[in-house]
Amino acid sequence: MIPVIVVFIYLAIIAGIGFLAFRKGKANTEDFFLASRTIGPMVFFLSLFATNMTAFAILGSSGLAYRRGIGIYGLMASSSGFMIPLTIFFIGTRLWALGKRFGHQTQVQFFRDRWECDFIGTLIFALSAAMLVPYMIISIMGGGTVLQEISTAKDAAGPLIPYWLGCGIVAVVVTVNVFFGGMRGTVWVNIFQTILFLCFGFVAMVVIGRAFPGGFGEIISKIAADPKTSFLLTRERMPQTEFWSYTLIPLSSIMFPHMAIMCFSARKVSAFKRTVIIYPIAILLIWLPCIFLGVIGASAIPGLKDSDGILLRLLNDNAPAWLAGILGAGIISAVMGSDAHQVLAMSTMFTKDIYVHYGGHEKYGEKAAVHFARGFILIVTVIAYLIALYLKSKQGIFEIAIRFAFSGFAAMAPVMVAALFWKRSTKWGALASTLFVAATLTGFALLQGKPALPPNAPAKPAVAVAKLDATNTAKLSAADATNQPPIGVKADSGDITIKTSDATNASATSAPVPAKPVVAAAPKPKLDIIWQVGDHVILSRAPITGDVRFWNCQKDAEGKLNPAGGYMTVVPMVFGSALLMIIFSLLTRPPSRETIDKYFNAPRN
Amino acid sequence: MKKFLLLLLIVAVYLLHQDFWNWNSKELLFGFLPVGLAYHIGYSILAAIMMAILVKFAWPEHLEKSEPHDSPTEKKKGDDHR
Repeated sequence: MIPVIVVFIYLAIIAGIGFLAFRKGKANTEDFFLASRTIGPMVFFLSLFATNMTAFAILGSSGLAYRRGIGIYGLMASSSGFMIPLTIFFIGTRLWALGKRFGHQTQVQFFRDRWECDFIGTLIFALSAAMLVPYMIISIMGGGTVLQEISTAKDAAGPLIPYWLGCGIVAVVVTVNVFFGGMRGTVWVNIFQTILFLCFGFVAMVVIGRAFPGGFGEIISKIAADPKTSFLLTRERMPQTEFWSYTLIPLSSIMFPHMAIMCFSARKVSAFKRTVIIYPIAILLIWLPCIFLGVIGASAIPGLKDSDGILLRLLNDNAPAWLAGILGAGIISAVMGSDAHQVLAMSTMFTKDIYVHYGGHEKYGEKAAVHFARGFILIVTVIAYLIALYLKSKQGIFEIAIRFAFSGFAAMAPVMVAALFWKRSTKWGALASTLFVAATLTGFALLQGKPALPPNAPAKPAVAVAKLDATNTAKLSAADATNQPPIGVKADSGDITIKTSDATNASATSAPVPAKPVVAAAPKPKLDIIWQVGDHVILSRAPITGDVRFWNCQKDAEGKLNPAGGYMTVVPMVFGSALLMIIFSLLTRPPSRETIDKYFNAPRN
Repeated sequence: MKKFLLLLLIVAVYLLHQDFWNWNSKELLFGFLPVGLAYHIGYSILAAIMMAILVKFAWPEHLEKSEPHDSPTEKKKGDDHR
């Protein structure tokens, strides 16, 4: 009960800040969406970082580390620490300057003007909106998960705040904050939130570390000594192709509308200086404790079906109630900080790129545009909330984000780079790239196998128990791209229990699954080929998760292809998008002299 | 030359991310820190240093001169304060 009270106090503070910002605001869209472009350097960093850090950074990362080990840090955190500040440095600063000079408030406004084409803007808007919605949903799902976990007493039969209510509370508080405060309210809240969740990791490490009698050294030694868990301390089950593929994923960051819109809000370009330098360290401070504790959790609390809740379980078990509440609030901060920006970005895009662009502003005026934006915030949050409830039983937090948002936005990065740095790039190149991204995203989503446990999936240990359970479909994230089921389930007996949703899911790997629990020997997973040319496997599906893999040529010691090998789909998407941008631009007429002068000549940008 | 060296720095740091030599190492630093994780902690610090170098030697100063557009805030002074 105490953690719940602490979190509710925190949520009340957030809502209060929103009201304060409302009193200071002005009734025009530039103030509502960009706080009149007055964000100073330190606030800019804190807010941009909060924008970028989602529920996934804390809950998803620890959950993944629980299943896959320390490699998750290099896979996602250090690659982001390299790529995100680099894109902010090269792209974010240019966007800021263009916004300052020409009044752009969204990427689409820039694209429409730069390509001299309305349609390309509308197309990119539609694609961006479609890809942003899943990202918003994971924030709400993360909030619901946190409130559910921290409100579950150790001996209670169920949580005080069920998942549906937790999602609702988070959605309402975010809506109040954004609806009334706009960008100013969101940014003020971000200052408080970012400091809270930056402290979270350090405090969590100290508190949990002290709870283990032998400290971290003893528990890590135990993990290393156990053959079932020792892989967590290496990357032996992580294909190098996957590791490299992930370095392209952070290209998505600057392409997310809420990140780009934040770049427009800085008062001076010098605000970016401190941000890009501190950014990798801030990522380190958030991700390292989460991943390390996720690995520790695999040994301390084995057998979690929903490993995304490992951090909260560790806190509940090892921290005093009031501290668990504060730390829970820290996690909620990460959830809500990004969600608020996503909601605001959706509202900004709809208002500026659709309502204003198609004449709403001229017809109804500036104040009406702000009312429209606020109305849209209400609608989009309700829709996201309903989808979050529906998808709770369909997908894990991580899968939704990575498949539909990160890869798509990363593949749009070549369009932005060309628009900013290549005079010769044309709207036809941009159109070809955008259509390619939309087509490949749809195609890969259709090819995506339904995550399931094939009867032969678990490579180790040697016996698998597959139980069919029509009520449980939420644990898809418990499997991973390299086909390791969640470790430690029934660890003492060496068995692994995985629940699949239904017979349809289970049969998605083209192998029949019996309707009753079975105990079967577990041969190695087979390669699920989608498209092969000669000896070259162009497209395949990874077992268990059903993730599509591109160009699988990784062979094991026996000379057989690794079923989980190959590159992630983000690789052909990014390179294909870049290639089409180049080819179609060179084949078509260059932009007008007027546009080139505007964007590339005096003054330089 | 400066641009080339900075580009080389970016490429080198990017390549250093793929530390294949640590892939299967089970070595622990200080008795609790896996070497693969320790390497990437160092890599994060290296990324911050790289960004500091870029800010120092490749900062786009010309962007500071961007002239502001006529914002609605300025146009509508007086009718928009609550």
